[in-house]
Amino acid sequence: RLKNIVLGWNDLLCSKPMMVRDALNQAMDEELERDERVFLLGEEVAQYDGAYKVSRGLWKKYGDKRIIDTPITEMGFAGIAVGAAMAGLRPICEFMTFNFSMQAIDQIINSAAKTYYMSAGFQAVPIVFRGPNGASAGVAAQHSQCFAAWYAHCPGLKVVSPWNAEDAKGLLKSAIRDDNPVVFLENELMYGVPFEMSEESQSKDFTIPIGKAKVERQGTHVSLVSHSRYVSHCLDAAVVLAKEGIECEVINLRTIRPLDVECIETSVMKTNHLVTVEGGWPQFGVGAEICARIMEGPAFNYLDAPATRVTGVDIPMPYAKILEDNSLPQIKDIIFSVKKTLNV
Amino acid sequence: MKNMLTIISNALCRITGRNVGTRAVVSRSFADFTSQATFDIKKCDVHRLEEGPPLKAELTREQGLRYYRIMQTVRRMELKADQLYKQKIIRGFCHLYDGQEACAVGIEAAINPSDHLITAYRAHGYTYTRGIAVKEILAELTGRRGGVAKGKGGSMHMYAPHFYGGNGIVGAQVPLGAGIALACQYQGNNQVCVALYGDGAANQGQLFESFNMAALWKLPCIFTCENNQYGMGTSVERASASTDYYKRGDFIPGIRVDGMDVLCVREAFKFAAEHCRSGKGPIVMELKTYRYHGHSMSDPGVSYRTREEIQEVRSKSDPITMLKERMLSNNMASVEEFKEIDIAIRKEVEEAAQYATSDPEPPLEELCNHIFSNDSPLEVRGTNPWARLKSVS
Repeated sequence: RLKNIVLGWNDLLCSKPMMVRDALNQAMDEELERDERVFLLGEEVAQYDGAYKVSRGLWKKYGDKRIIDTPITEMGFAGIAVGAAMAGLRPICEFMTFNFSMQAIDQIINSAAKTYYMSAGFQAVPIVFRGPNGASAGVAAQHSQCFAAWYAHCPGLKVVSPWNAEDAKGLLKSAIRDDNPVVFLENELMYGVPFEMSEESQSKDFTIPIGKAKVERQGTHVSLVSHSRYVSHCLDAAVVLAKEGIECEVINLRTIRPLDVECIETSVMKTNHLVTVEGGWPQFGVGAEICARIMEGPAFNYLDAPATRVTGVDIPMPYAKILEDNSLPQIKDIIFSVKKTLNV
Repeated sequence: MKNMLTIISNALCRITGRNVGTRAVVSRSFADFTSQATFDIKKCDVHRLEEGPPLKAELTREQGLRYYRIMQTVRRMELKADQLYKQKIIRGFCHLYDGQEACAVGIEAAINPSDHLITAYRAHGYTYTRGIAVKEILAELTGRRGGVAKGKGGSMHMYAPHFYGGNGIVGAQVPLGAGIALACQYQGNNQVCVALYGDGAANQGQLFESFNMAALWKLPCIFTCENNQYGMGTSVERASASTDYYKRGDFIPGIRVDGMDVLCVREAFKFAAEHCRSGKGPIVMELKTYRYHGHSMSDPGVSYRTREEIQEVRSKSDPITMLKERMLSNNMASVEEFKEIDIAIRKEVEEAAQYATSDPEPPLEELCNHIFSNDSPLEVRGTNPWARLKSVS
């Protein structure tokens, strides 16, 4: 009887839903505890508990040495973080949003990404740049850009884009343990969304490998390929389409660079149709890259129709709610695009 | 015994009228030389400091010969690079350091190998003082597999233990240097970081961001402006509203140093390193120095300054000449000794150039390696979809 009670508690603990922000918090907490070289720096990460509360409680637990509040000087503190990584530490550099990373982008690309190559393998840069990416709600043009395509363009970087809480925890732990520069693109609108966590994700050594996509939903008629928040949209669209007898296979990319092309190819060779879904702008974007790669590989011959990209509208983000809502992919846009692709 | 030989050989010379037994003449006893002397050095201007570096510097014979040898090696290495560049064996960017040798050598004399140093693109001198052989530097310039970065970095991207390059983007190395200093503080290893930049970079915003954080957190960072009077073709007066670079740290103490005097540089950096190690926070150094070459090999260097100016610095303030004359006039070494050192260096540099021109280029198989550290092999797209190249860590 005692054993049953214990198992019952176990089930309860395992299936307790966790919000994405708490999963990120837990990942950082565990890695800070595990390796004393790991530290976090950024604006408001310490005493404010994080602009979005992602680092809540960490300063209280680890103190000034490991959780560092910086002035509003992105180029400077990103450079300092990269220098610290070169000299043996393992920094997590937070950008309050990735829009501000543009001020520091030279340090990310020229000082971090390229250095291992330029030094022919002598100087590694084990750093994580993390923060919310892409559109939020009502924050207008300068605060809503998606940087996935920009960073994923560059050799020497890994670019990760988690969707749910399990992704967030496992991928952030992997990113921190990775000896290379990782750009970790979170999403502000996902921070407060709760998700069930698997039993294995409770372990302090739980990691999700960078560079591997996950099939979130099996399907036979069309492959929906997405990352971050839009995985939710795809799953919701899939539910609606299923009622009409269209079975969507939904792929959560998890990592943008390196792209798990094999996963997409396997899926397309099964479904014969491809629709990519992203929040970023269409031109030279993640979807564009996926389409090009599919064309260059074995899956091309299995396509029964040209691949379709569902993207953000090609404009700076407007402010008014009705305009903003119509600047980003909605579930109806995905449904419409699937039907067009399937010619139904 | 050796004095006896000297007397005999001198006598022989007089008799025969020939310079017989040169070797005997040279092997004067070391007891003949002054083993140590004290020199007056220029007083440094200071900013927000009660006192500055000492006004006198002690120099042993051994130190003097060592500083001479290192400075002369850098000088000859840079001149060899000039030659190779004009023969089109070196290509791309090549920013030469001749004239500024006292800075690199003086700094290295003041810090420990376990301290850290980072600079911008005029980096060949520092690559040498931080421990890389001349032949590995030249072979990197010629893009060969024996180069310090296996031919993949080039002039601006050479690295060594506790030497973080070689950085191409003006000013970007300064926040990096502050970050290295943060790591020193974090790890509690009592080490310091020297973060160098030029008079051109001194106006970069990211420097001031670094000054702010370094001062706030008391990072053990020695911010060092190598002021060679010109940022490419723009004189300091045309680029900076304030040319007192040692004061530009504002709330950070600063010292202006005669960068042509290796002893002045050494004493100033001993002072600076002590300042940082004692937990007082960062310090800003300005080294007044001069480059004989233009900004890079594509700049003749005479459109924005006169040949007379260059010649004047060469004749009155050359760092190597200054040290040599000090030692000679204090009987710390002989003319012949310096000649022997020069000959040995010429030989070393010539052999290094031989190596750099004969070593093969990196193999194409290496093209895609070193993208990621400690990672499993990955595939890299080549110029076309069928070119699937391999990359290992």
